[in-house]
Amino acid sequence: MEQLIQGNEACALGAVCAGCSFFAGYPISPSSEIMEWMARLLPARGGVFVQMEDELASMGAVIGASWTGAKAMTATSGPGFTLMQEHIGYAAMTETPCVIVDSQRVGPSTGMPTMPAQGDVMQARWGSHGDRPAIVLTASSVRDTYEMTIEAFNLSETYRLPVVLLLDATLSHMRENMEFPEVQVVTRARPRTPEGFEPFGSPEFLPFGNGARLMVTGLVHDEAGHQRASNGGAGDRLLRRAIDRLEADTELITHSRRHRLEDATLVFIAYGITARATRAAVDQLRADGVRAGLLELLTLWPFPEELVSAVMREAEAVVVPELNLGQVALLVRTASSGTPIVPLGRMNGSLLAPDEIATAGRTALDGSGVTR
Amino acid sequence: MRHGEDLREYLRDEAMPNVWCPGCGHGNVMAAVATAFDRAQLDLDDVVVVGGIGCASRMPFFLDTNAMHTTHGRALAFATGIKLARPRLTVLAVMGDGDALSIGGNHLIHACRRNIDLTALILNNGIYGMTGGQLAPTTPQGFRSTTSLMGSIEAPFDAVELALAAGASFVARTTTFDFDEMPRLIETALAHPGFALVEILSQCPTYFGRLNKLGAGRALLDYEKDTTAPLEVVTRDDLVGKLPIGVFREEIRPEYTRRYAALCERARKGADG
Repeated sequence: MEQLIQGNEACALGAVCAGCSFFAGYPISPSSEIMEWMARLLPARGGVFVQMEDELASMGAVIGASWTGAKAMTATSGPGFTLMQEHIGYAAMTETPCVIVDSQRVGPSTGMPTMPAQGDVMQARWGSHGDRPAIVLTASSVRDTYEMTIEAFNLSETYRLPVVLLLDATLSHMRENMEFPEVQVVTRARPRTPEGFEPFGSPEFLPFGNGARLMVTGLVHDEAGHQRASNGGAGDRLLRRAIDRLEADTELITHSRRHRLEDATLVFIAYGITARATRAAVDQLRADGVRAGLLELLTLWPFPEELVSAVMREAEAVVVPELNLGQVALLVRTASSGTPIVPLGRMNGSLLAPDEIATAGRTALDGSGVTR
Repeated sequence: MRHGEDLREYLRDEAMPNVWCPGCGHGNVMAAVATAFDRAQLDLDDVVVVGGIGCASRMPFFLDTNAMHTTHGRALAFATGIKLARPRLTVLAVMGDGDALSIGGNHLIHACRRNIDLTALILNNGIYGMTGGQLAPTTPQGFRSTTSLMGSIEAPFDAVELALAAGASFVARTTTFDFDEMPRLIETALAHPGFALVEILSQCPTYFGRLNKLGAGRALLDYEKDTTAPLEVVTRDDLVGKLPIGVFREEIRPEYTRRYAALCERARKGADG
């Protein structure tokens, strides 16, 4: 049966379906309904909801809860996401499974708190200092939001990583009919015995209070958890192992959609809310006889370079519409072997309309270049 | 603690030697914590010691419990998540004064306000030790640090007054000079069903003592003794200006994880919005 659901509500429902039993957050537009829904859903299910004093505290509490074995998440938006970066780095350093939902709004700074943007793509990957493994997902419909929230939990449990789901103000607040799909839920593996278990560098996870005395630190450490702050060998080894594991599994982690790409000479690469308008633009262009197609990315990091490179191979022009000034276009450019890449950027709080995207496509085919 | 008591079973051999300078008070506090664990007969598998960043916050490494060494100022945020998700665990946060009262001040007042069943130790040495002796929010006015070489012009925080105002249900202060009192207070704080804060004045010979020409370990212990007085007598004329030590509040107030469990029960019965 179909139900009329809001994007933020779908996110909360997806989280509960994935087994989330701990939510800590701080109110911020346009993500607040996610925490409001979690506050309604979790107590009756025996889960924990707590409104913390700020975003740093929210993310700290999420990590603490995850180390007791709970599936834990927070949800925020631009400025709050920026505040969380230190602890996202801590979660990566300590191999802590958790989910961070960022409903993007126009920035920098307070920007336009209720208007959509896609300006956090790079922050989601590189916002914390240092190099780290990262998984970043996105969504373009209410049903996607539900499914990708579950996928965010599944990937975080599989890879023991903080996983970021990027929504935006429009997707968060729009309502669509959706049917609840069958889903698979993954829960982190536990070691058979705490005896001799090395808590880091393993896909298995041993929570506090299970017969071991664990050491968790954001300092560089070895597999046992001993800090090795003046000898980087162990940290380098553990981080590289995690990064390599994601690289090797990029195909498994990559979610994407193809729309009329088969014989396309004009290729659009889009994601999130902008992918919807791009789909309409492709249909418009096709009706006019232009061989247009869309690759929609649902996984932004690890960036699916091979996939992107493959769809561009036969293209005469590639357009990357997005609500920022070319963050994914920059990545697409690195995957291109000569096909001209045209960024179509915007950051004024309005969405890109199908007409504008179609026009950018025609211009790109004409070879007149950048429409930024 | 009596002389000769063997506390080695509470320490993590592999993490030694510790990072503390000769004459630092933090090791004495750790001995008091181990003594309190011993007297309370806690199962160390179910104890999590959470630290922030700084000299004091290194203590989790050296105690043979679960250890979570977190980020600067945020120990109580992590501790809150652990305790809420698994209330049966005993959670002890060990922080320095800069950690708890400067960068982490927000988390401290809110943990007090929630009255969540955590024990928090603030090891207050009046200076930033790990970064090299800079001004702390606890440095007394007129005292020198590497960022206040002419003497601090700032008013220091009083952690006890702050915790009392913010709603902590157990609040105490002691010093590393009060060697028998420390474990007793920590044991009481661990057993207290609510947010328990113990501020412990600890000595930093390397920076606080040297920059302020107060001498090293022994002399700094005397300084602690000379500048404090028991709460019960501190109003006496001859003790004016001394910092009171003792138990400032010990009350049973509604505790957060128990309140949350009751809320879940109500929600299960269908009382949610």
